[in-house]
This record gives sequence, C-alpha cells and structure tokens, in this order.
Amino acid sequence: MSRYFTQEHEWIDVDGEIATVGITDFAQGQLGDIVFVELPEKGRKVAKGDDVAVVESVKAASDVYAPVSGEVVEANGALEGDPALVNGDAEGEGWFFRLRLADAAELEGLMDRAAYDAFVAGL
Amino acid sequence: MGDPGKTDVVAEDGLADLPLQQLPLDGWHRARGARMVGFAGYEMPIQYEGIMAEHLWTRAHAGLFDVSHMGQLSFTGEGVDAALEAMIPAAIATLEAGRQRYSLLLDEQGGILDDLMVARRPDDIYMVVNGATKYDDIAWMLDQLPDEVTINLMDEQALLALQGPEAEGALARIVPGVERLFFMQAAAFAWNGHALWISRTGYTGEDGFEISLPAQAAAAFADALCAMDEVKPIGLGARDSLRLEAGLPLYGHDLTPETGVVGAGLAFAIPKSRREQGGYVGHDRVARELAEGAPLRRVGLAIEGRLPAREGAPVFAGAEQVGTVTSGGFAPSLNAPIAMGWIDAAHAAIGTPLEIEVRGKRIAAHVAPMPFVPHRYHRQKN
Repeated sequence: MSRYFTQEHEWIDVDGEIATVGITDFAQGQLGDIVFVELPEKGRKVAKGDDVAVVESVKAASDVYAPVSGEVVEANGALEGDPALVNGDAEGEGWFFRLRLADAAELEGLMDRAAYDAFVAGL
Repeated sequence: MGDPGKTDVVAEDGLADLPLQQLPLDGWHRARGARMVGFAGYEMPIQYEGIMAEHLWTRAHAGLFDVSHMGQLSFTGEGVDAALEAMIPAAIATLEAGRQRYSLLLDEQGGILDDLMVARRPDDIYMVVNGATKYDDIAWMLDQLPDEVTINLMDEQALLALQGPEAEGALARIVPGVERLFFMQAAAFAWNGHALWISRTGYTGEDGFEISLPAQAAAAFADALCAMDEVKPIGLGARDSLRLEAGLPLYGHDLTPETGVVGAGLAFAIPKSRREQGGYVGHDRVARELAEGAPLRRVGLAIEGRLPAREGAPVFAGAEQVGTVTSGGFAPSLNAPIAMGWIDAAHAAIGTPLEIEVRGKRIAAHVAPMPFVPHRYHRQKN
C-alpha cells in the first residue's frame, strides 16, 4: 500500500482501486481542537479539487478538497461521535472517507512522505 | 484543504494594509510556544497548547492574557468630567476614585463606535478602548473634547489580564492587597518598584483582574505569575470562546456603528439620570429605543447538534430571514456550539425556535439567555 500527500495537507492511502483520505498530522496541529467534521455521503461522485468535507475547529471552519477524483464508498462514522480522533490520530483512526479511484493517473503528481515533510519544513 | 495555518477568524477590518506591530511581550509569547496571528494591527498569540485546554484551564484555575493591544487612555484637564459626560453616556461626575464603569462611544446617530471601560484615578480619568479602534477613537474624541482636555495614549504601558477562580490567590501572592478589590473597583499597587494600576474586571465571565504596568516590566511580571502552578498563559482563541460563553459582545462583530445600545442589551451601562436628561452624543436614538424598543436585538443562540454556526450565517424563522449570526463557535465549557446574533425583535424572545443556515443546510437553534455560562464576578454585597 502506498501513501501519498498533497500540498493541501491531505494524505491518501491507495489499496487497489480504493483510496483512503485524511488530513495530515501537521494540518490537525495547525487547526487545533477539532469539534466537528462534515463528511461526504456514500455514492457521491467527486472531481479532484472539489470541496468534499469540512473540518470545524474551535476557531474556524476549513474546507477539505478531494485530492483525487472518484466515488465515495465510505465515510468514517467514528468522527461523528468523536471528531477529536482527528487530533489524536490524524493519519490513522482519524481518516475521513474512502473513494473508488476514477483515474489512478491523478496519483502521479502527488508527494511521498519525504517530499511532504520537506514541503512542510519550507512553510 | 486550504492553508490550515492561515484560518484567521479574528482578523480585524481596516488594518490589513498596515505592517503589524509587536507587543511588548512578543518574544515572551514566542518563547512559550505561542502561535502568532495578526489581530487588531498586532502580532498576537492565538494559542499556546490549544484553545480548548486553555479555555478550560481559565475556568478552573487562572489564565494570563496579554491585552496590550488595547488602547489605554488618560484624560486630564480642567472640566474633564463634564467634557466626558458631554461625549459618552456614563456618569463621570459621580464616579468615585477607584471605581470603574462600562460605557460606550456613540456617534451622532446613536451607533456604537466602541465599547470601553472608564475609571477615576487620583490624577486622571483612565479609559480602556479596543485595540482595533483606538486610533479612530482618539481622532473622534479629539474632535469632541474641548482644548482644555488632554488625551494621552499610554502606549508605554502593557495591559495583562489574570482571569479565573484562582486569579485572586495567585495575584495576591505577589501583589498583596488586590484581594480587597471587588468587581469594578480599581487601585494603584506596586511590584518590584514598578507602578501597577489594577482593576477587578475582565472579559471571560470569571473573577479576575486587569493589570496596567510599564511595558519594560511586563515580561518579568508575567514570568512571576506563570511560575505559579495555577497560572498559564492563554491566547486570543480562548479569550474569544470565554467571552462568547459569558455573553460579552466583541466590538467590530457584535457591536458596530449600525447597532444601538438598547438593541445590544447594553442599556444597563447608561444610568437613569443620563437616560432621562441626555446631554451625550447619540442620546436621541437611545431615548427613542428605550421608549419604543429597538427593532433588532442582540441575542444568544443555542444550537442543536455539534455543527458550529459562524459569523455571517443567516438566521431564519420559516422562510423569512430574521437575523444574522455575529459571533459563533464551539463552547468548550458546554461542549456544544453557541452563537450570538442580531434578530428582529418579533423573534428575539427567549426560547423562540429559529434555524441557522450553514453551508446550505438549516440547523435548529433557539434564542437562549446570556450568559451561556454564569458569571462568577467578585461583587460587593450590598
């Protein structure tokens, strides 16, 4: 399984045609205490760059964009009852949703862990 | 997602083009791990360890806030009492030394230009106005006041607030005597040879103090407080969530030049004699709205579910938009979203069911009494 990162601070795990998407640990740290996550409905077709989820921290609401195109096959129901999971385990239990990839070629422009860490270090 | 570090809901209008100034405690905040953001023309700490933890710490212990961006003004000169009374609706002539009052700066139409605290000190009248408005306030007041009255912006002074149930014990340990102040009282003290002016006031709903001191003494004083187990530095983020729970309006958001005193629920700040006799700028609207009621009211909004409604969200009664959210967020002490907004008077009664539109969805809310979290001021018993 490969993990990719975007400049918009999302991570994507790809397993076959299914991509699991969340926000990075850096992003959750910048947002602070997360109190609500609005997730896409199963079956929704999204294009790369669409607003697909919203993270509400104590101070502000932030959009999450679809890092790749596809159809939502699952949203992380655990975030409904415990949005702070994103603070505690952003790159694990705090995942947001799963997509069935529409175009695996979209993954090609994304960063790996080392490239993302270098990107964050340069911010 | 968008740049998560740039989400800044506390940006102030009108100051974006000016370079940000630094607070006297700028280095002190950074050394303690604060995340700094632009607010009211200054680089200010929005949080240290996290808004939720800092908020709850202040409600349980004591939180130290740097509010040195606020405008500390000194008024002196012959006839200063009468001149101030001609300008603002506070009773200044009867303001005793060591007493502080909440008041408002109104324009000729009765719109709110700022809200403020005013106190009598032995040698002057001391006023604290909002940071984002202080230069406009001074320009406006210079036009209003006679030449005999001098305004001094005390920009060599820092202003710290120590808030929370353990604030008294902590502050009294290094400044004995502050425990004798009651809410809205103030007095001069000293610490390590530095003059302090301390009032028993704040912006959190908790008991606490605001301490005006020379900027060069601020870091050592903050260190002395934060060396105590019960004191932690608290950022602007928690300051906002604390004041929202306390039902206290934020100028530039809940109060603007379009809003009036009566609709804002701030008529308590105008004593009876001044309501009846007027003689201050903006009285006509105050008198009219006291007699007839204000068409819009500032109210609290309790929100069902977990989704916060933010500033600017429209509020509906059925199909009709009846108001707008002016402050909103998540209330850490209540573990629920709350908001403040301006609502048509016909829909502003406590308990009125309303809906707030957030990203195209309607969420259920109702008009709730404020404060959302009870005030715990140290009031003098009559």
